[in-house]
Amino acid sequence: MKLKSFALAASACSLLAALPAQAQTEIQWWHSMSGQLGEWVNGLAKGFNDSQKEYKVVPVFKGTYPESFAAAIAAFRAGNAPHILQVFEVGTASMMASKGAIVPVTEVMKTGGVKFDPSVYVPAVAGYYTAPNGQMLSLPFNSSTTVFHYNKDAFKAAGLDPEKPPTTWPEVARAAATLKISGHKCPFTTSWQSWTQLESFSAWHNVEFATKNNGFNGLDTRLVIDTPLHVRHIQNLANMAQQGLFVYKGRNNTADATFVSGECAMVTATSALFGAVKRNAKFTGGIGTLPYYPDVAGAPQNTVIGGASLWAMSGKKPAEVKGVALFFKYLSEPQVQARSHQETGYLPITLEAYKITDASGFYKQNPGADVAVTQMIRKTTDKSRGIRLGNFVQIRTIVDEEMEQVWAGKKTPEQGLADAKKRGNVELEKFQAANKG
Amino acid sequence: MAVEKRVRFRSGWLPWALVAPQLAIVLVFFFWPAAQGLYFSVLQQDAFGTSVQFVGLENFRALFRDESYLASFRITAVFSLLVAGLGLSLSLLLAVMADRVIKGAGGYKTLLIWPYAVAPAVAGVLWLFMFAPSIGVVTYALGRIGIPWNHLLNGTDALILVVAAAVWNQISYNFLFFLAGLQSIPKSLIEAAAIDGAGPWRRFWTVQFPLLSPTAFFLLVINIVYAFFGTFGIIDAATQGGPGQDTSILVYKLYFDAFKAMDLGASAAQSVVLMAIVTVLTVIQFRYVERKVNY
Repeated sequence: MKLKSFALAASACSLLAALPAQAQTEIQWWHSMSGQLGEWVNGLAKGFNDSQKEYKVVPVFKGTYPESFAAAIAAFRAGNAPHILQVFEVGTASMMASKGAIVPVTEVMKTGGVKFDPSVYVPAVAGYYTAPNGQMLSLPFNSSTTVFHYNKDAFKAAGLDPEKPPTTWPEVARAAATLKISGHKCPFTTSWQSWTQLESFSAWHNVEFATKNNGFNGLDTRLVIDTPLHVRHIQNLANMAQQGLFVYKGRNNTADATFVSGECAMVTATSALFGAVKRNAKFTGGIGTLPYYPDVAGAPQNTVIGGASLWAMSGKKPAEVKGVALFFKYLSEPQVQARSHQETGYLPITLEAYKITDASGFYKQNPGADVAVTQMIRKTTDKSRGIRLGNFVQIRTIVDEEMEQVWAGKKTPEQGLADAKKRGNVELEKFQAANKG
Repeated sequence: MAVEKRVRFRSGWLPWALVAPQLAIVLVFFFWPAAQGLYFSVLQQDAFGTSVQFVGLENFRALFRDESYLASFRITAVFSLLVAGLGLSLSLLLAVMADRVIKGAGGYKTLLIWPYAVAPAVAGVLWLFMFAPSIGVVTYALGRIGIPWNHLLNGTDALILVVAAAVWNQISYNFLFFLAGLQSIPKSLIEAAAIDGAGPWRRFWTVQFPLLSPTAFFLLVINIVYAFFGTFGIIDAATQGGPGQDTSILVYKLYFDAFKAMDLGASAAQSVVLMAIVTVLTVIQFRYVERKVNY
């Protein structure tokens, strides 16, 4: 017993002695990646730490996106913010408006003396995180987009062609009807209904979700989700819900699990679901492009991104900022990027990473993995570049609440969308008032 | 020998020094946060607090312009009445039954106390699993007897779900107090009533229940406060306020605005409103309900 405690004390002493000798600068990195993705994040930090001796990136899992966001805000107010914070896309406008709290990536690179070329990044991804003056504010990290997942085995069983996913909404309805006749209880469902059915839907059809180019050109942006096209789509889904072709499975990503378990045969969800289907599903999953209405001019355009980016927090010493800059550079290296893309199913952040992945034959071995990339690597329009709104968390919840009333048959699609627009605009007005300066 | 019965402090500062730790705790953990809440409710600020401006009562005005916030009052009233009413009557029933048990009473009591050890969020998840559309045990059983269950789209189903979870979580606490109250009633009173020919039903209403009224009153206050404040974990785990806003009670909306939406001004204003409501409720309870209580 005595010997043991002596050994412990001795090892503690040697640890203490060893620490200052290394004199590494620690970089705190708060993230929200759990499970498999957590290992990926730890691997990235380890790769960087092994590549040099001066800096040590310490990844810390801080809970879900909203949880780590809240934790970082509390830490910042207490003067204790991490160096790097992973923020989900709906928090982007809040981060951009908090000018004193963050340091733009462009400046981080300048302070750190690292050469930085924003043009290597995929435009649709980088554009989302770029300020109106062309300054890149945060580093794209894990970006995904909305795609159409389907169960090939269920398609086969219902007599549908498993290699031909429906590409338009009328085709989705027909496929759902066939699946239902073959005994499927949940032919089609959706995750993140605001993101997939209204936000990405708008960009995909090259119409605005909100004015001022979806919030990119000013805080006085307002929702425009009650156009005939939006009403038509929600009406279509409501009809499908009435007929049992579309089954609502809850808010956020709860529908993902019902697809992976085989309960639902088709789902519109994040492209990052690809990994979970590959690992956990007992059926062969397929990926198709997000469905569209073929008679709408300009469709399909491109889909919008989801996922998160990395923000450098303010108030750090120059040496630490340099470490952040070097780490950002490491993360943007084509090989690192390509590996991340293939491992996680997130989008490649740089064009070079896409080319490397393509050349390696990855897309041939994993059919469907390139769908998300091809939906994104397109020339974007002002209406399709992305959607950047303040109080976006509240707006998404408002959309959830109103759409639930529509699926339940309590409100007409017109009424639901008009109410969502009205309530969402109150949030936008509030954000505008709070961020005048 | 005239001995002073009360202890007197000769110095002026010593009594203050002795109560200082308690005062400090009350000040730091109760008054300071409450004051901060009041202060934040008249400010409008961004998430990181880098731009803060005084807006007076604008946060409150915005709150009461919001129809969904007003609707939330009605939902909260229904929810709280159901949780407190069902929670108290069920636990009283259980306590009276357990009080009459002679063999294996310890076992029953332990089992009845168990649910209190479960955190509200976990309780929410447990009930959510049982009632999950298409895979839940209870959903399946209900489906077999012809009752469709879908709390994702049916507001009544969702309300039943969260009320059940909240009541279940609180029943043990109420049960403990009722049982202790019942056991402190002198047996002789009940025996006397029995000799006079009163049956169990009569004995309960004329002897036991009036003597239980202080306990019942205390639990009423506690349960109302629980329904108002303690249940957001259950709501968050089970329904997130949905479908629509059918289970969005005041405290859940506050929690959402503060910790998910990062809107500190709005949530501080809501907490002030909630503080006021609970103060008023407590005053009413002490002034009017307590008069009917026999100590």
